[in-house]
Amino acid sequence: MTKEELKVTLEQLLPSPAFEEGAEWTTVVIDPAGWEGTARKLRSAEGLKFDYLFCVTAIDWKTHITMVYHLTSTVYRHTVVVKATLDRANPVIGTVSDIWRTAEFHEREAFDLFGVEFKGHPDLRRLFLTDDWKGWPLRKDYEDPVNMIKL
Amino acid sequence: MDVSTQNTDNKPFPGEVHPTAGGGILVTKLDEVIGWARSNSLWPLVFGTSCCAIEMMSTAGAKYDWSRFGFEVARATPRQADVIIIAGTIVNKMAPVLKRLYDQMADPKYVIAMGACATSGGPFFYNTYSVVKGADHVIPVDVYVAGCPPRPEALLHALISLQEKIRRGPA
Amino acid sequence: MIEEVGTTETGDLVINVGPQHPSTHGVLHLVITLNGETIKKVEPHLGYIHRSIEKMCESLSYRQFIYVTSRMDYLSSHINNHGCALCVEKGMQIEVPARARVIRVLMDELTRLASHQLWWGAMAMDIGALTPFFHAFREREAINDIMEETCGARLTMNYMVPGGVMADLHPNFQKRVIEFIRFFRTKIDEYDELVTGNIIFKSRMQGVGYLSPEDAVSYGCTGPTARGSGVSCDIRKLYPYEVYGQLDFQEVTATGGDCFARYKVRMQEMRQSISIIEQLIDNIPEGEFQAKTKAVLKLPKGEFYSRVETARGEFGVYIISEGGTTPYRIKFRSPGFSNLSALDHMARGHKIGDLVAIMGTLDLVIPDIDR
Repeated sequence: MTKEELKVTLEQLLPSPAFEEGAEWTTVVIDPAGWEGTARKLRSAEGLKFDYLFCVTAIDWKTHITMVYHLTSTVYRHTVVVKATLDRANPVIGTVSDIWRTAEFHEREAFDLFGVEFKGHPDLRRLFLTDDWKGWPLRKDYEDPVNMIKL
Repeated sequence: MDVSTQNTDNKPFPGEVHPTAGGGILVTKLDEVIGWARSNSLWPLVFGTSCCAIEMMSTAGAKYDWSRFGFEVARATPRQADVIIIAGTIVNKMAPVLKRLYDQMADPKYVIAMGACATSGGPFFYNTYSVVKGADHVIPVDVYVAGCPPRPEALLHALISLQEKIRRGPA
Repeated sequence: MIEEVGTTETGDLVINVGPQHPSTHGVLHLVITLNGETIKKVEPHLGYIHRSIEKMCESLSYRQFIYVTSRMDYLSSHINNHGCALCVEKGMQIEVPARARVIRVLMDELTRLASHQLWWGAMAMDIGALTPFFHAFREREAINDIMEETCGARLTMNYMVPGGVMADLHPNFQKRVIEFIRFFRTKIDEYDELVTGNIIFKSRMQGVGYLSPEDAVSYGCTGPTARGSGVSCDIRKLYPYEVYGQLDFQEVTATGGDCFARYKVRMQEMRQSISIIEQLIDNIPEGEFQAKTKAVLKLPKGEFYSRVETARGEFGVYIISEGGTTPYRIKFRSPGFSNLSALDHMARGHKIGDLVAIMGTLDLVIPDIDR
């Protein structure tokens, strides 16, 4: 499907999505509360079949945190980018590790570096840092005077 | 150490052999013979964390063969190794592992810090929260090798310098 | 859940493999739960080489952050740099001259050959055969020498820059590559004779570590790991970049899904790489090797994603820029991260020796996973 066709299909399928313009792929911003249902629809709806989650990113915008999911379909070869805005003080979103198995590791990484909590994740704990590490390193307000030497 | 001031008066064999009937008598200092024997058969421990490990494997390969100098057998267990070549970056999570490996090695043991990361943190010095800025924060190092990654010849030069350091003996 | 090393209530043994172990993959710590010698669960513990690269890149300029990716997947260092340069060029709309594009593809394919050679040698060494290791390094030294003449370094070359390549090819480059190709064509048949047909090797690799195509896609596997299960995912064919669209080469897939299929995919990929190099080496166009760009690069506000096919799979560079001279957030989508998540699924029910064979065919480079 082309970018415009995808936009039309998604508008029909999802409850009140918002679209971002000017990006390379169709970018849809959804409400994090309904993410699990939306993800299942994206995975199995006829004509969409997004079965390949290739990138899960978290971005700290200082006022809120955005989760970005890049999905593509091996059947139809189209790509969509799904964004969800989370509250910075308490970032919670549902897990998709039962839909796309690759999300297990990606979500653990986002938890480790940003502190985003994934409801329903089978094993949510730190991945890269030691278990007793304090703080979320990739957030913009992370200070570590002991380890980080500023240029 | 600077190449120009390197100690180059190493005798190939320490001491003199006086031929007598029924064999010979070697007259030497015990320290020299022990140093000579130890330096010519140092067994490295297989310890490579990142990119420098590939150059270490190249040094073990057929072109820059390090087994000419006695480093034939790379042991997997620290109990049987003499020298640990820290090839790669040491991060906070890996530092206790390195310390434990060093403690498990039997005396006399030597350490070579290979590459910029093991010497001082290297390219990961600024703005990183998880890198140990130099392996000598964890264990005492004998020889440092510069480079990112150092050429196999540089690593061989470090190994030969370590051999000379051992032959010079304690002091 | 997290298992402590020791014996569990059901009598299973929990042991550590790594982080320091003789397989030369790097620092991977696996906690495996065994029943006798049969594996029940494999749990990777990562982070022993987590060098906080993404945080560091937020304070480096767009020309500076490329060197760091060389050190992530150091066996495909040119290809990683290529991905970063492509992302910056996409953001700034820089047009790369034809000569630079061909040089980049040549360097990429030489790097892919070098990476697969080392994979072959290291994997055979893990299985127990020590001789192929030395054969592989002999060939790698030839490629390293060619790279060193042009790029200046053997392993972490900082050769690709946004706009082209850093310096022109050495005058000897063409002659040496043609000589190397002629030499290597005979050697790759030797590789097949030495290892592929060996009955012990085959019995250790066939039927071990099966990964179905649906699982490969669900676990996000890319590269030869997924192509060994029949999933067609070569970025060079699906989303061609540089001159790959005009070249005549095949995407190699196999249907076995087991270790031997992945092995055969990589051996065939080496032959395809040789054929790509042969098509290009006599037709390098004349011209500029670098487009004219400003000294300080500033990407416009927005987000840009570019992907390349490394020796391990899809490497993605995702830059989110706020219009400044340094990126606001960079995410590196590394192929090893997703390939490793399939290890638990593939290894259950096998023995420890099979685990080593499976890890060998996954071709993991741990700094790529930990970033």
